[in-house]
Amino acid sequence: MTITAATPAPVPAPPARRLHVGGTLAAWIGVAPFIAFALLFLLLPTLTVVIGAFRAPGGGFTLEHVAGLSQPRIVSAFWISIRLSLATAALGCLIGFIVAAAVTRGGLPEGLRSGVMTFSGVAANFAGVPLAFAFIATLGRLGFMTVLLREWFGFNLYATGFNLISFWGLVLTYLYFQIPLMVLVITPALDGLKREWREAAEVLGASRLQYFRMIAMPILWPAVLGTFALLFANAFGAVATAMALTGSSLSIAPILLFAQIRGDVLQDPALGYAIAFGMIVLTAVANLISILLRGRAERWLK
Amino acid sequence: MRLWSWLGFALGAVFMVLPLVGMFEFSLRARRGEYSLDAYRSVLGDPQFQATFAYSVVVAIVTIIAGVLLVVPTAYWVRLRLSRLRPVMEFVTLLPLVIPPIVIAFGYLRQFNTSSFLPLTGSARGTDFLLVMGYVTLSLPYMYRAVDTGLRTLDVATLTEASQSLGASWVTILSRVILPNLWPAVLSGAFLSFAIVIGEYVFAALLDRPAFGPYMVWVGGNRAYEPAALAVIAFGVTWACMGLLTLTGRLAAHHRAARR
Amino acid sequence: MSFLTLENLKKSFGQTQVVHDFSLAVGKGEFVSLLGPSGCGKTTVLRMIAGFETTSAGRIRIDGQDVTALPPARRQIGMVFQAYALFPNLTAAGNVGFGLRVAGVPRRERAARVAEMLALIGLPDLGDRYPFQLSGGQQQRVALARALAPRPRVLLLDEPLSALDAKIRVSLRAEIRELQRTLGITTIFVTHDQEEALSMSDRVVVMHQGRAAQVGTPAEIYDSPANAFVAGFVGQLNRLPARVVDAGTGRVELAGHPLTLAATLPASGQVTLAARPEAFRPAPAGLPVEVETVEFLGALRRVHARLPDGSALVFDMFNSPDAPAPRMGERLTLAVDPSAWIVEAA
Repeated sequence: MTITAATPAPVPAPPARRLHVGGTLAAWIGVAPFIAFALLFLLLPTLTVVIGAFRAPGGGFTLEHVAGLSQPRIVSAFWISIRLSLATAALGCLIGFIVAAAVTRGGLPEGLRSGVMTFSGVAANFAGVPLAFAFIATLGRLGFMTVLLREWFGFNLYATGFNLISFWGLVLTYLYFQIPLMVLVITPALDGLKREWREAAEVLGASRLQYFRMIAMPILWPAVLGTFALLFANAFGAVATAMALTGSSLSIAPILLFAQIRGDVLQDPALGYAIAFGMIVLTAVANLISILLRGRAERWLK
Repeated sequence: MRLWSWLGFALGAVFMVLPLVGMFEFSLRARRGEYSLDAYRSVLGDPQFQATFAYSVVVAIVTIIAGVLLVVPTAYWVRLRLSRLRPVMEFVTLLPLVIPPIVIAFGYLRQFNTSSFLPLTGSARGTDFLLVMGYVTLSLPYMYRAVDTGLRTLDVATLTEASQSLGASWVTILSRVILPNLWPAVLSGAFLSFAIVIGEYVFAALLDRPAFGPYMVWVGGNRAYEPAALAVIAFGVTWACMGLLTLTGRLAAHHRAARR
Repeated sequence: MSFLTLENLKKSFGQTQVVHDFSLAVGKGEFVSLLGPSGCGKTTVLRMIAGFETTSAGRIRIDGQDVTALPPARRQIGMVFQAYALFPNLTAAGNVGFGLRVAGVPRRERAARVAEMLALIGLPDLGDRYPFQLSGGQQQRVALARALAPRPRVLLLDEPLSALDAKIRVSLRAEIRELQRTLGITTIFVTHDQEEALSMSDRVVVMHQGRAAQVGTPAEIYDSPANAFVAGFVGQLNRLPARVVDAGTGRVELAGHPLTLAATLPASGQVTLAARPEAFRPAPAGLPVEVETVEFLGALRRVHARLPDGSALVFDMFNSPDAPAPRMGERLTLAVDPSAWIVEAA
């Protein structure tokens, strides 16, 4: 669902240059279309949701809808979503980091690297409905691997309690786009590690592990944290993959919201607002935490 | 060290390749006892497939055009005149990665419903328009980043000053000087957008548009082997987009090298 | 008794051999520069001493110990890199203390040593700064302190001044040399800048195509270059075609003008005469030249002139009020010390 071709690295702003293009007002008119677009199709819709979560049926302010989130059914949906996002973000970061490090630093052939990057670009975007189909075709009850294991090795995967339509099945599926996303984002950061740093550490007597722990990891940490938040939001908002995989048998927050909107039977029309608001809060909090941690980790950076 | 690298790489590769093999093998199983292309035949021959795929392609192309028209002038202008706006732009263009798409789609349904100040959901054309705007929003982070990176390597201020000194108007500068130099960046943003939009499900389903994403879900619920064939097709489309993206990147690098 | 010995070092990358049979003996406390154009193998030699490159053949000994097969971490070497090699996530003090920290030196002892080192490089108050808050010159001084803090046996400097501004470069040059003398640490300095090499070193190794073209004190290198490459690479050199008139008495003809040289000459034929710009001085009689342009270099004026046969000649004149600068087109005659000429077979 999401891919990024480059790290959003901070770029030092070039010195401002004076050009003769009329006054300040004219300058703002240049960005007016974008501001209008962002307001109309990004900010206002979000605001509508937030306001809706606190508006009483007759107008006025209420906390009733948000309080409605405490229903066990909704709490458990959010809880599954959070665990799912945390698990896939953490595993995605870890495995993606290992793969990226192996490709950039592990002395593997140069050609492999561009292949991995291109493939990651594809895989990170290969999310949603087709991804679910691919996993059903592979690990479903009649899937390729399931059949292969049973017929060649006499191993019945589903007898072990494994089920693709479960929490861990979903984790496995999400990892298919989370890992390559991490690879895409972290590779430029790994490239940013200067050879001189490793050599300087080495000549000062540091072991590989000491170099990694005391120099490389602290330098990479901000990028890793940022990517973690990105992966978290990525997993938290994913609907299509989960729906195509599980129908709606696994109740996670976005599926709940989807059903709420779609059903529009709306026993409680305001509940949709509250769920959507809850989702915004969670992804915002995830990003906020990562920004705060990053601020601490980045104090050595301007 | 190298051994461990190979091991890490191999494990990752197995995990990433197996589902592809799985879906491909599965898509060939439509005929009992032998491999065949029946599933593909059935999918490709389905008028529904043709209609929804064509619809999504059109929507993707319109999305790309709208996105370019919106992002290129804005990014250019911010780089040239409003550099203090850059942190704000960074923030706004990253928002679609933070706010779940389903929340934005929900916001659309509420904000543009038939009793609102802009009742876009009231007509089919209006909803199509809303869908395109939704997709522009979804692709905004990639499009903006690609274009902004492209502009950074261009030295916009000098190019603009040079054109101005030759008497070029703003429209001329943008369309004849900036855009041609920006093609590789714009194209890479475009291919990414295409890959995102073509199989998108949430917006299309909630806005109730006859797009490829909802069609795939429908097939998934009603057929056995066709979904795997669809997945293979979708993977092919994504692969083509990324291949073209890499290619334009290489061509741009080559072009730049040749100019030096 | 040499402290650092390189014996017949060889290094090949694939088919290309970049270092050929390089040997060098460096005494304890000596400051030796490896000078040469880029690609001459000087950096490769340094990286072999540090252990970043394996040797294709040969031995490296430090204080009698064969370190050829040791990893960099166990060679007890200090190294300063070209630029920006400070760890960006550690403060100046953190950088200086890094080597002690990985060696497990207790915190208190470490802090004392770090303070001592920071004082030694003249930055006692900047320990809390991160590298991005330091100027280029300050960064390189911290890098020097970092390299020296664990008391290495040998200090390696890999073009440490080349990324700095001209002015800081010159002042830091003196500081490095002084620090090196104070500590008495054996030092190898790699540079492509002849001025740096000549002004700082006890001895200079001029390198060319992976070999030592000449090893000697700065004065030896400058005054009696061993071959044409050294002569051309170190300092400015006029090279003029001349004809041998009488090898026995050292008489030659340069642009129609007779000269007598102190050097031995080939029996007959053409030779190339080489002399540095400062070997010439205006005199009532001598080599006739026509002035083309005059460069003002402060204490010196560098005059670009032509001989009657059209070949170019550059010479220096002291800048003093009683000797006015020659004008363009002016004709002068120059005297040359006969021993200043270097004769190369044509």
